[in-house]
Amino acid sequence: MEIPRHWRLNQQRLGLIGEVCHHCQAKIFPPRDICPACGEEANKSFAFSGRGEVFSFTTIYEPPSGFDETAPYTVALVKLEEGPMVTAQLTDLGESLPEIGMPVEMVTRRLRTDGDERGMLIYGYKFRPVMTH
Amino acid sequence: MIMSEIIIAGIGQTAVGEHWDESLRALAVQAIQAAIQDSGGLRPQALYVGNMLAPNLSRQTHLGALLADCAGLHQDDSDQRTGIEAVTVEAGGASGGAALRQGYLAVASGLVDIVLVVGVEKFTDVIGSELESALATQTEADSESIHGLTLTAQAALLARRYMLENHVPADGLAGFPLTAHANGAGNKNAMYRKPVALKAYQQAEPVCDPLNLYDMAPNADGAAALILTRRELLPKDFPHPVVRLAASTIASDTLALAERRDPLWFSAAQASVEKAFQVSGVSRKKVDLFEYYDAFSIFSALSLEAAGFAKRGKGWEMARDATIGITGSIPCATMGGLKARGNPGGATGVYQAVEATLQLRGQAGANQVPKAHYALIQSLGGPASIAVTHLLENLA
Repeated sequence: MEIPRHWRLNQQRLGLIGEVCHHCQAKIFPPRDICPACGEEANKSFAFSGRGEVFSFTTIYEPPSGFDETAPYTVALVKLEEGPMVTAQLTDLGESLPEIGMPVEMVTRRLRTDGDERGMLIYGYKFRPVMTH
Repeated sequence: MIMSEIIIAGIGQTAVGEHWDESLRALAVQAIQAAIQDSGGLRPQALYVGNMLAPNLSRQTHLGALLADCAGLHQDDSDQRTGIEAVTVEAGGASGGAALRQGYLAVASGLVDIVLVVGVEKFTDVIGSELESALATQTEADSESIHGLTLTAQAALLARRYMLENHVPADGLAGFPLTAHANGAGNKNAMYRKPVALKAYQQAEPVCDPLNLYDMAPNADGAAALILTRRELLPKDFPHPVVRLAASTIASDTLALAERRDPLWFSAAQASVEKAFQVSGVSRKKVDLFEYYDAFSIFSALSLEAAGFAKRGKGWEMARDATIGITGSIPCATMGGLKARGNPGGATGVYQAVEATLQLRGQAGANQVPKAHYALIQSLGGPASIAVTHLLENLA
């Protein structure tokens, strides 16, 4: 059931907490302690705003185990406004179809169950279309 | 500095398909015996196994020890009780290519005289969501597969963006599977041996939009094997045209697609190919055929661009214009590629080497590329998270 692994990833997954490199100011997600842009140490926490846009998306009809109940679902590459790109599901699409370039915002949702129906629930980030009023 | 020429002295392969009656070890032993026989009986001293999913799908790790034993591979100086040096090499879909690379290093170092490389995969014992999960272990666990991402979805994400940026029509990638199937028809070991018409592609069932059933290669069972040695160790009466490994290179990139500097560019594939041309001194225009890693049609387009055969964003046009056919300017997937010969997982890179060797020996039958002298082969782990490239040369 990998409880320790999911516990370690909680902050990153629930709060979209990454890092900022104090050398070159690059924003980093997921956190990794060595800056991929300049190679220096980068362990200063940074909370992303959760706003971004859809870089690409697709719909999955044949899911891996643990995702059977939620199929079909849409996964996307989302470009966060601070720069990094993340993989995530799109949610709350309603009747509308996703589009490349669509503005989205982060929400917290259940990602899957770990193991069987009595397994640990795993929560994390998904993205929904920004509501324009 | 490598002083000696590294030769592919023996090749063997099983047909690729759904081999319900054959176990992983049975497939591997068939390929191994065929390669040893093809080499004129050279006895290997080390075994490198290319495999990616036996731990998940067959509940089996330790394939080195298992296959050395099953194939009866013993040390020369033992009384048949000590097996040879044997390990598994894993690099996702590039496991076979990576096993070939390790075999090359062993022979080139001078520390091993005769190496056996075997790629083997047994996909069909598991189906459905458990298989999808196993395949998804090739993606990044903490930031990709945890969101339900699959390998097919990764390719679909790339394809959608690529088709938008480069104004590719809905059937713009069709030429890749169509060429593959045309060539599969001439390969008796291929899983699919009938040509496919454009109409079939246009009407095909969608998989992960925008990909359809013809945009992805079928996962299937198979084993292929090679015997490698140095040129001076070939038997005097070696019966085949001599084929050499002129270059062997590997490059890696971020595992997660989202962390790429440039998601629509296969940097590792580019670096691996350019290094292969640099160390061999062979130029791109001398390449007579390219066995690319067409697990997905979009990978073919991106591989052609990364290898420098097409400008960025134009790789798809090469399939449209039939440049990649047997009589085209850069024949690709000449024995069916992953799409029609089949995708036998960790065995793929070894199949590519076997097929390229057949081409360079002039033994490719109906699919023979005329006067084939240099063959470029490349296998990828994921969307070029690893790229393994080999350049083969006919020394005749």
